[in-house]
Amino acid sequence: MALNVAVVVFPGTNCEHDVAEALEAVGARPHLAWHGEPGLGAADAVIVPGGFAHGDYLRPGAIARFSPVMSAVSDFARSGGPVVGICNGFQVLTEAHLLPGALQKNAGLSFLCQMAEVEVASDQSALTTGVAVGTRLRLPVNHFEGNYTASPEVLDQLEAQGRIVFRYVSNPNGSAHDIAGVANEAGNVVGLMPHPERASSELLGSADGLVLLRALLVATGARAAA
Amino acid sequence: MARFQALVEVQLRPGISDPQGATIQRSLPALGISGVSSVRAGKAFRVELDAADEDAARSLVETLSERILANPVIESSSVSLQAL
Repeated sequence: MALNVAVVVFPGTNCEHDVAEALEAVGARPHLAWHGEPGLGAADAVIVPGGFAHGDYLRPGAIARFSPVMSAVSDFARSGGPVVGICNGFQVLTEAHLLPGALQKNAGLSFLCQMAEVEVASDQSALTTGVAVGTRLRLPVNHFEGNYTASPEVLDQLEAQGRIVFRYVSNPNGSAHDIAGVANEAGNVVGLMPHPERASSELLGSADGLVLLRALLVATGARAAA
Repeated sequence: MARFQALVEVQLRPGISDPQGATIQRSLPALGISGVSSVRAGKAFRVELDAADEDAARSLVETLSERILANPVIESSSVSLQAL
């Protein structure tokens, strides 16, 4: 049976249809969850997609954090449900304290819109279940605030606990420890700046994103069956 | 109730890199300005509010600063308050 994935939509989100289409391509059943609603609908997993939630006013994700739907996302995450934040969704999850650290302006002060090569650094997350550590993936990045920042103590902890999920092969934005994505302690909440949904077909220059979405469904299915 | 105006300044914590401030600083020689050794960019918010007294007003603005205006992971904030 197809797994249900809630794709959260804030005013200003703009990647929800790409995410939904890529999810359908790997056999999931996505539905959009409007930020003003208090619930997520029937969801086996949640994706917070990219865009400019609430216009990125104040800081990316700062206002989205207070949207009604985020209480449901937090409850779902705390109960162990798989939650993935992509790009602006990653920023939302850090502002909501579901993931550590913060995303600062890129070191070069350039908006980056390019293909990036990332290396899988942990297979213990909901987005990399069964994907070998060291696997290199070509995924597009498209951001101004992708420069991952955290205190030295937090960075040490992430390293020690194997919670750095993706690293840039060639760091484009100044991110600490070349971090492109991190997970929470349990591994069920993952945030990453690159866009797997935009690497969902060779026609788009890469289909490597499907590897991650399939892994998400494996992790989600294993949890649903448990 | 009395009316107050608060100025909240939000700045990056020491040690957090500030590419914006660094870029401004690097541009200064081209303007003929020398001797500036550091520029740190931040944000300022003017907030007007009604509260029972100055303590209540300060407490409310500090809550506002910590909960939304600043991201404590990378930023700190300071509040100055005046009665209107």
